[in-house]
Amino acid sequence: MTKDDIIQPENLVIKKPELMNDTVMHYCPGCSHGVVHKLIAEIIEEMELSEKTIGICPVGCAVFAYRYLDIDWQEAAHGRAPAVATACKRLWKDRLVFTYQGDGDLACIGACETIHALNRGEKITIIFINNAIYGMTGGQMAPTTLLGMKTSTCPYGRVPELHGYPLNITDLATHLEGTAYVSRQSVHNVAAIRKAKSAIKKAFENSMNGIGSNLVEIVSTCSTGWKKTPVEANEWMEKNMFEFYQLGDLKDIKQ
Amino acid sequence: MENNRECFLMKGNEAIAHAAVRCGCDGYFGYPITPQSEVLETLSQLKPWETTGMVVLQAESEVAAINMLYGGGASGKRVMTSSSSPGVALMQEGISYMAAVEIPAVIVNVQRGGPGLGTIQPGQADYLQATVGGGNGDYNTIVLAPASVQDMADYVDIAFQLAFKYRNPTFILSDGVIGQMMEQVYLPPFKPRRTEEEIGTECPWAANGYHLTQRKPNIFSSLEMDPKTMEQRNTRLQQKYALMSKNEQRATTFLCDDAEYLYVAFGSVSRCAEEAVVVLRNRGHKVGLLRPISLWPFPKDCLNKILPTVKEILVCEMNAGQMINDVKLSINCQRPVYHYGRTGGVVPTPDELIEAMIALIKQ
Repeated sequence: MTKDDIIQPENLVIKKPELMNDTVMHYCPGCSHGVVHKLIAEIIEEMELSEKTIGICPVGCAVFAYRYLDIDWQEAAHGRAPAVATACKRLWKDRLVFTYQGDGDLACIGACETIHALNRGEKITIIFINNAIYGMTGGQMAPTTLLGMKTSTCPYGRVPELHGYPLNITDLATHLEGTAYVSRQSVHNVAAIRKAKSAIKKAFENSMNGIGSNLVEIVSTCSTGWKKTPVEANEWMEKNMFEFYQLGDLKDIKQ
Repeated sequence: MENNRECFLMKGNEAIAHAAVRCGCDGYFGYPITPQSEVLETLSQLKPWETTGMVVLQAESEVAAINMLYGGGASGKRVMTSSSSPGVALMQEGISYMAAVEIPAVIVNVQRGGPGLGTIQPGQADYLQATVGGGNGDYNTIVLAPASVQDMADYVDIAFQLAFKYRNPTFILSDGVIGQMMEQVYLPPFKPRRTEEEIGTECPWAANGYHLTQRKPNIFSSLEMDPKTMEQRNTRLQQKYALMSKNEQRATTFLCDDAEYLYVAFGSVSRCAEEAVVVLRNRGHKVGLLRPISLWPFPKDCLNKILPTVKEILVCEMNAGQMINDVKLSINCQRPVYHYGRTGGVVPTPDELIEAMIALIKQ
């Protein structure tokens, strides 16, 4: 049996979504971003929304997200993606408008825009990648950095007296009247990826049906920033991150 | 009725709001700040979302408002905001981003005196901020300076046309006098908002998903890792600015044909200067007024055209001396150029301008 014999449509078990192009990703080995990108591409394709989607990129590791998914993108200034998305969705009511933001972008510099867009009940989806560190700039402390966790700007570990407490902005979002669906997921194993996909899909469906604002946090790894191998990073995340950032649907007004 | 236009008595800020609805604006995003809050208030009263479908949203900050313009403009819609000096200072980041990726939008600055919180009284001290970019990086925005409530009504549509013609943010640089005073105004006729197909045709560059399967994705990003590519992008922007600079100079002149002494003033101060010219002409002095309408590009061609008869120039502004630099540069310092300015919210009277000019003539 030759390779060509094997590559037949009936033998296909998995394929890359059409919206995902062949550009080599800049993400580090073990990073969660690539998986989430793929999920988004799959869902947009399944929902047949490629001509109806506006994606808003952050400043941070996902600053180049627009290189990998062949949809229309707007690269927002640091933290401002929810404001950019607000206008897009209000001006194009039948579009899927989503932002894709990291913890520094969403929970720190853009905390104001995030909370107000969610609280206004903008019919958008915010995908929130939380790896508890500033990856792009080289591993500095993030608003979500856990107590005791070491980063380049808290090299002896995060302590409340010096650095304040980690901000659980997703829990905060559940208390906002404008949010319809708030979920926290991860993509560190197959089961988690499946759950994350269904959460993002539910958020996108809500956005298209004009139901509230939707926030899906993906608790993620940053093996480079955490100075661990990809496998160690996954283990560390399960052991440490999930305790503070507990997985699951935190709010669903439809239930 | 003048040319079938309806006549009203209203504030400049109200005229801006009415004109926005009438000229087919798709969205207004703003944050309250004195002395321009009537723009958002008037729009909220007019409820254009029930008539033209225009979106009106009170943003959580000026920072959010300008980034809403980024999103709306990049998706091909006609979007605008208004604010006053401290608020516009906050918007500078967003304006730089918009200029970098060539997003059209209209920004109204009803200036107040500064710096800092300053005062809620009128000022013109944001001239430099508006005309030399204002945010980070090399960029320019067209800046139109209204001098009447009528101008406020008329410039909205002109600003939108320029913004889309050059794909560039465009400023209406007003001041607290023009924003707050009431005058007779003819409002423009209603123009329908563009349909999705019309936006698709006019703005094939827009990121809105329209006909994506038949084209490459439209991506707005000012980030570029390769310096040479970034420089090429900047060079292309500079070429566009050169074109704008050549084509879009606007000014009006008043009794300049034989003027030996010239006022140069914009916005509300040009109204005082106009009265000063009339008084001084009646006293036998050959005085004229150049009122730049476009502050960027500065109307240097117009200034140089009237320059031959001019002996001396008096630049009058509600700031400590900002436009005076453009006047000197435009004429390459071929004439003595003097400045009369009031700051901090103090509006000069025509008498002050007359006195300042008499002092110059008697020198």
